[in-house]
Amino acid sequence: MLSETMWSEVSLPNTTPADTSTAARSVAPKKVNPVRGFLKIEGLSKSYVADKPVFADVSFSLDKGEFVCIIGHSGCGKTTILNVLAGLDTATSGYVFMDGREVAGPSLDRGVVFQNHALMPWLTVRQNIAFAAKSRFPDLPAAKINEHVEKFVAMVGLSHAIDKKPSQLSGGMKQRVGIARAFSIQPKMMLLDEPFGALDALTRGTIQDELMGIVRDTHQTVFMITHDVDEAILLSDRILLMTNGTETGNGYKPGGIAEVVVNPLPRERTRATLHHLDGYYELRNHIVDFLVSRAKAQ
Amino acid sequence: MLSLKAKARVLSALILAVFVGIWYLATLPAATGPQYANPEYAALMGGSTAAKTGGMPSPVAVGSTVIGLLAHPFYDNGPNDKGFGIQLGWSLARVMAGFILACLVAIPLGYAIGMSPLLSLAFNPFIQVLKPISPLAWMPLALYTIKDASMSGIFVIFVCSIWPILVNTAFGVGAVRRDWLNVAATLEVKPLRKAFQVVLPAAAPTILTGMRISMGIAWLVIVAVEMLVGNTGIGYFVWNEWNNLSLTNVIFAVLVIGVVGMLLDLAFGRLQKAVTYVE
Repeated sequence: MLSETMWSEVSLPNTTPADTSTAARSVAPKKVNPVRGFLKIEGLSKSYVADKPVFADVSFSLDKGEFVCIIGHSGCGKTTILNVLAGLDTATSGYVFMDGREVAGPSLDRGVVFQNHALMPWLTVRQNIAFAAKSRFPDLPAAKINEHVEKFVAMVGLSHAIDKKPSQLSGGMKQRVGIARAFSIQPKMMLLDEPFGALDALTRGTIQDELMGIVRDTHQTVFMITHDVDEAILLSDRILLMTNGTETGNGYKPGGIAEVVVNPLPRERTRATLHHLDGYYELRNHIVDFLVSRAKAQ
Repeated sequence: MLSLKAKARVLSALILAVFVGIWYLATLPAATGPQYANPEYAALMGGSTAAKTGGMPSPVAVGSTVIGLLAHPFYDNGPNDKGFGIQLGWSLARVMAGFILACLVAIPLGYAIGMSPLLSLAFNPFIQVLKPISPLAWMPLALYTIKDASMSGIFVIFVCSIWPILVNTAFGVGAVRRDWLNVAATLEVKPLRKAFQVVLPAAAPTILTGMRISMGIAWLVIVAVEMLVGNTGIGYFVWNEWNNLSLTNVIFAVLVIGVVGMLLDLAFGRLQKAVTYVE
């Protein structure tokens, strides 16, 4: 019974009323209710080849303070969606609204953490973050900027390395600087493009904990791409499961969000005890089953 | 045991010694020159019935000339007799003027070409045609239009310096990592700030490579230009000493050109190192 009420299957027409009521925070089936929330994505699609969109009809929303992960195989268009949200890419059709305004181009309101940190190698940690802080607060005197920078470097525990160049840091430290940089502009929401993909498991775990702590403290709204099922379960309130575009018997079927999974685990979960929580394995199995059998086929 | 560097130094010294040794032996007074019966005819042919030396000066002669010239680099006895320091100064001033002008044109233009695929395609045919032209081929046109020999020299240096800087700047700017541009975009960085704080630092090593190549070419070309233009400069010095048949002075000038070229390259190497970053 648990496994039936835990997830809402938005794209399936046979969704029962019971399902939608228990999963009230998830996205309502499209065309029944308009999507609500802080960030709204409506009918997004992207095609590089005409009539063969990578994904189509992608609609979802994020509430303020919500942490949403998107999971799917390579090539399904996750990064494209994130880039559209960031304003770095444009969709072929569809709209993105944040805080009631349409997203048209990049903005300081949305902080982005890039896949491979994207720190400028000719600047020190301090200068990298100051570059971002100066962009956000151009009128602040240098001393205030420096104070601000030091605060955010301390937040990710890198005060000892503040005057080092990125090349002198380990992969995990670089990614921490990337996170500190994104938070230092105090955006309205954060977009994280698989930020821990290139890190080893131990470092990844530590930084996940740090990120979780920072997000809780700052009540940030976060949209994050991941390949790691456990990472998604640990961090997110909801998990979007995305399918790849595929050729089927009756023609091409574009990719899209197949299902929105609401994380039923208590929000105060930690990495150490995550796998002891009731419902963890059902949730994990469900996502893994999706990735193995449904994400690419059909 | 000697370190690799020390060994290399010893070997360098050895190579120099062997070279000077061969030079010395080759320029020893010839025992048997062509024998002329008539001393007047011999004098006419540049020979002598007395024991003669070959035309090539010996290392000892060059050495004493070098010391003499180095002792008074800046004397000025009229247009045909100036110290090599003054001539060198003229050459360096021309090279710097042409080179700086080339930088002022090539770096902004290269930036525009690197940033815009449209400009890149539009300018490409012109660059491809103009780049392989020997800079000296512009000399007559420059002399005709500018009507000033010294300025024409600067123009030729400008033309020969511009291409490597332009091509390297365009390439460096075009190859700036997408990630850094995306960071600048998400931070709403203004175009000018993006140019100076993101794109130029990212492309600086490539641009400096272009400048280093340009400087090398400019230093090669200035000698030829000054041989043509005359009046001043190290190239003119070489030509003038050739007309004076003073091969010792020519050899000295050749050495000076080499050393200055090396120092210029070394300076740009330093600059390049200063802007290079480790990813």
